[in-house]
Amino acid sequence: MRNRVRFLLGSELIVVTNPDPTVTVLQYLRTVARRTGTKEGCAEGDCGACTVVVGELTGDSVRYRAINSCIVFLATLDGKQLLTVEDLRCTDGSLHAVQQAMVETHGSQCGFCTPGFVMSLWALSANNGEATRSVIEEALAGNLCRCTGYDSIIEAATTVLARPRTEETHNPQAVHSALTDLTKDGPLEIDVDGRRFLAPRDLKELHGFQELYPNAVLVAGATDVGLWVTKQHHVLETVIYLGNIAELRVIESSNDALTIGACVPLTDAVPELVVHFPQLGPFFQRFASTQIRNSGTLGGNIANASPIGDSMPPLLVLNATLTVRRGSVTRDIPLDEFFLDYQKTALGEKEIIETIKVPIRRDVRLGVYKISKRKEQDISTVCGAFGVVVEGDEIVKARVAFGGMSATPARAPKCELALLGQPWTMDTVRKAADALEQDFTPISDMRGSAEYRRLVARNLVEKFYREINGQSVDVFAQVGSSDD
Amino acid sequence: MTETRIKGGVRQRIPHESATKHVSGEALYTDDLPVIEGQVFAAIGMSEKPHARIVELDLCEVHESPGVVAVISAHDVPGYNAMGPVVRDDEIFASERVQYVGQSLFAVAADTVEHARVAARKARAVYEELEPVFTVDDAMERGSFVLPPHTMKRGDAPAAIANAPNCLKGRIRTGGQDHFYLEGQVAIAVPGEDGDMWVHSSTQHPSEVQEAVAEVLGKTAKDITVEVRRMGGAFGGKEVQATPIACVAALLADNCQRPVNLRLDRDDDMVLTGKRHAFRIDYEVGFDDDGLILGVQFDLAARCGISADLSGAIVDRAMFHSDNCYYLENVTINSYRCKTNTVSDTAFRGFGGPQGMLGIETVIEDIAASLGIDPLDVRSKNFYGTDEKNITPYGMEVTDNVLHDLIPALERSSDYRARRRAVEKFNYENDLFKKGLSLTPVKFGISFTVSHLNQAGALVSIYKDGTVHLNHGGTEMGQGLFTKIAQIVAEEFQIDVGEIKVTATATDKVPNTSATAASSGTDLNGKAAEAAAKTIKARLVDFAADHFGVPQDEVLFENNSVSVGPTGLPFKELVGLAYHARVPLSSTGFYATPQIYYDRETASGKPFYYFAYGAAVSEVIVDTLTGENKVLRVDVLHDAGKSINPAIDIGQVKGGFVQGMGWLTTEELVWDNGGRLLTHAPSTYKIPTAADVPADFNVELLDTGGNKQDVIYRSKAVGEPPLMLANSVFFAIRDAVAATCKTRVQLSMDTPATAERVLLSIEKLAKEVAL
Repeated sequence: MRNRVRFLLGSELIVVTNPDPTVTVLQYLRTVARRTGTKEGCAEGDCGACTVVVGELTGDSVRYRAINSCIVFLATLDGKQLLTVEDLRCTDGSLHAVQQAMVETHGSQCGFCTPGFVMSLWALSANNGEATRSVIEEALAGNLCRCTGYDSIIEAATTVLARPRTEETHNPQAVHSALTDLTKDGPLEIDVDGRRFLAPRDLKELHGFQELYPNAVLVAGATDVGLWVTKQHHVLETVIYLGNIAELRVIESSNDALTIGACVPLTDAVPELVVHFPQLGPFFQRFASTQIRNSGTLGGNIANASPIGDSMPPLLVLNATLTVRRGSVTRDIPLDEFFLDYQKTALGEKEIIETIKVPIRRDVRLGVYKISKRKEQDISTVCGAFGVVVEGDEIVKARVAFGGMSATPARAPKCELALLGQPWTMDTVRKAADALEQDFTPISDMRGSAEYRRLVARNLVEKFYREINGQSVDVFAQVGSSDD
Repeated sequence: MTETRIKGGVRQRIPHESATKHVSGEALYTDDLPVIEGQVFAAIGMSEKPHARIVELDLCEVHESPGVVAVISAHDVPGYNAMGPVVRDDEIFASERVQYVGQSLFAVAADTVEHARVAARKARAVYEELEPVFTVDDAMERGSFVLPPHTMKRGDAPAAIANAPNCLKGRIRTGGQDHFYLEGQVAIAVPGEDGDMWVHSSTQHPSEVQEAVAEVLGKTAKDITVEVRRMGGAFGGKEVQATPIACVAALLADNCQRPVNLRLDRDDDMVLTGKRHAFRIDYEVGFDDDGLILGVQFDLAARCGISADLSGAIVDRAMFHSDNCYYLENVTINSYRCKTNTVSDTAFRGFGGPQGMLGIETVIEDIAASLGIDPLDVRSKNFYGTDEKNITPYGMEVTDNVLHDLIPALERSSDYRARRRAVEKFNYENDLFKKGLSLTPVKFGISFTVSHLNQAGALVSIYKDGTVHLNHGGTEMGQGLFTKIAQIVAEEFQIDVGEIKVTATATDKVPNTSATAASSGTDLNGKAAEAAAKTIKARLVDFAADHFGVPQDEVLFENNSVSVGPTGLPFKELVGLAYHARVPLSSTGFYATPQIYYDRETASGKPFYYFAYGAAVSEVIVDTLTGENKVLRVDVLHDAGKSINPAIDIGQVKGGFVQGMGWLTTEELVWDNGGRLLTHAPSTYKIPTAADVPADFNVELLDTGGNKQDVIYRSKAVGEPPLMLANSVFFAIRDAVAATCKTRVQLSMDTPATAERVLLSIEKLAKEVAL
């Protein structure tokens, strides 16, 4: 049994024996390592002040990604490298190019959010991000700044990405071999007075743990479970971390289907989906933030069964199927039969989602629209997804699904019925919009009133119609008026 | 070649003094300070009811919770259990009655933050519920006020409105705003000998923290020292709201005689600290056929929460800015400070000014719509004159009006007229999207309107090696105050700014300070620091003239050197000589703003030393199916006088603009029917992100030749005024909404203009037209 968490902090090997199973990376950094450059702004993964970069072995290289350290458990760092703002200065003590650019463009005012921005920009630069506005905006969507108005930070990003990349202080080969050494041992098993953190490496080990601890909380990206700990102060008895299970991280693509492992981070799952369904591109840009997508997984988003999880409306429309597993037994559940009630799913005891299978149909015309108070890093007030197959003038297939309109993400059967077999016209669309009234009775909450939800859901049907008919319907893609 | 100019003097665009430390994570904020031996961590237990008598507060389980070291509530306060900047009506711990959900009931200290927070949830309170008042409407109906109503008037508004060829009535409700400083409220209290208390507090107002801590502990000011090196943002949210946090930390530290760190969790911070006042503004206006305002009346009703806090002065400032840039010959402004069972609203960048301006700008827009003329033309028609029509409703002469240069310049640089036509054409050709364009001006009064607060002190010391220690009463919250003050002292001594260290603001270095607020930080503390430096410099001149036997006017400080008649020597050498000659090398400095006075009885006087001006043009696009919208382009021309550091000032303009834009668009505070704030974290409360900032964002500082008043280096205050430039975003959205309707109707739209409010406004318009 291995009860020591081992990771590189910068280039130093850190070994922590039996840490608290749910101590966060941020808590560790600030109170144990006393690296106070990383800040707590919200402790829920929404402000980015705690952004750090995690290096992970992928094949022959180390892949670097920005994450929110406030909601990630320390033990998930086992076998990885953690970089904080303190690791960036060059060996001669001078500032890293990213830091220097932020100074030059006056990119900090109060400075509290700055280390987080620096780490997001460092990760962007390490991943050879392009110096374009949209790439920068996406990389910074998870970092809030209340002082600068962002303009100077965007300028810093543009400046540094346009320059040739400077050499990093840590030696990539040394990091690679150090991390390789760390991954050779058995699964991590932490036990602190009966509170456990278990990190199986394959499905067999997972099953073994599940047999021992049938009530264990399964954690993938911890983008929700992390908040149970930091905000609700839940004491989790046994946590099983799924992030190291190789079988859950596969991506397979065939002619007629795309299969994504449940623990594939959204950052990796999204491009696969977008390759096959380019219409999802702009939508997924608005899905959480870079840091959250780097931690959060597609399977986690589904298993969490939140009525406002953004992956589900499009997956419902695409007729996705889940393969779920208990031990050696698997079964398939169509996604539209998976959600039973508010945060209740068809998963049985000790059953896990293994993969998400998405049929690839090239004849489906697809539209997905997210409505939220803010464009970036917000939770949907309403999310509407539409797919139709039109032959000649007739709608021969129609699937419509919504998030934010009921207790679970759900299809809109009456609306679908109103489309099916009808001509592809505005009149049909209006009737389909009317039919939504029978499909949903939305609630009012802090994200929007029932009245707004009803109205905007109706209007999204029309938006879809306009888009399929060739109109540009994304307000965020529009440009300003010139005087000529 | 040698530099002929010092590094970092005034007018130079040097980086923030902590920039390198910010980007490297080396800048220390209060919670980053080394943990002191024995330090414990605290949390606050909060009320669950909006208005109730406390029948019983059972803290047994809190005491027994793991790691708990101390638990205190109202009866454990050795001194006075209340605070408040004007009226002492905010209890540290609710004693008999709770008045809002989240009000502090007790506090607990434990060995870890986690233990303290868990323990704080274990209290059992028995309440007898009382009827709450939540909204301005309810409060107005019941006459529930924290302070008496107040009126400002000139001429005869009712008669002017009655006799005017045209008149309109309207209402706008403006939403509140959470400060969302990235660093939450935090204080560390460390007990010392004699029962003294040393407090590290993330506060804009160390002296108020000092006084309040003394009062709650039953001690005196001399026993308490408060220090703050920097804050991670404040925006007015740490002017008063930092005080109770420091008081609780000090009370616990006193109780258990251990250092106590109280850092609020973000959600707790948003629930239990005050916010920007929401207003209901009703107006009635009479105007001629060209849009000239003949008479106007405003009723301003502000939601103030449970206590007076700074609401008196905040609503006064809303009244002072109900004219904005416009001459109002006949005007009545009635104001009401409504008491509601919500957290006490407080200072926030603009301090009532933004709400006051939204009132008059709504009037302007409604007049323009009713006459079918461009709102800019209505604005221009009503601007204050230079030699006439230049008296404000409170009787102050506007002597520094730059609108007649500023507005035409911005109109040109933004291509306003051509773009107006382009927007009209776009709207004619498109039905899914509508564009809107708006130019709004800002005139913002600079000074605390409570005159005695306009004073500041500084302490400057030169050490034997010629380096300088600089301390002043202002606090650094990111606005670049320490940088600018260092530049001022560098300029005075003619030494590189790197020779100067600005140290943490501390009540034992400079006493009796005012809050760093009202945009006044540089104006007040800059002059005080300059005065201190001048005193020492005069002594050095005296000494050098005497020592080298030259006339005083031949002793000149220039570029790290001092020329003395035909010869010269490095500044450092002169300092060394002066030390040996027993010349005092340290001095305090003091400044009090001249000329200002205000008689609140008659609502007249000269409350402001001067005005800061600016204007912005914003263009937006609105999705008529969803209400979602995007700011496409912004042009700003802002008057910062002769800027001490243009890079810092432009940062203030851009940052203030975006913060104002958030207030008016996506930042929405939502309470449930029981008075619980639902938007208490960034997951639900949405401040702007990088993607909300227009890619086409042009900000220029207006070159006016400098402030007409003798403000430090002829600069102008720049902290608050730019926030109100974002009014242009709101009115551009309103313009786009109006464009969905082909006929002219008066549009009523409240703030924030969320996607929901925009879409529902469009729907409402469509229904009104259909009728």
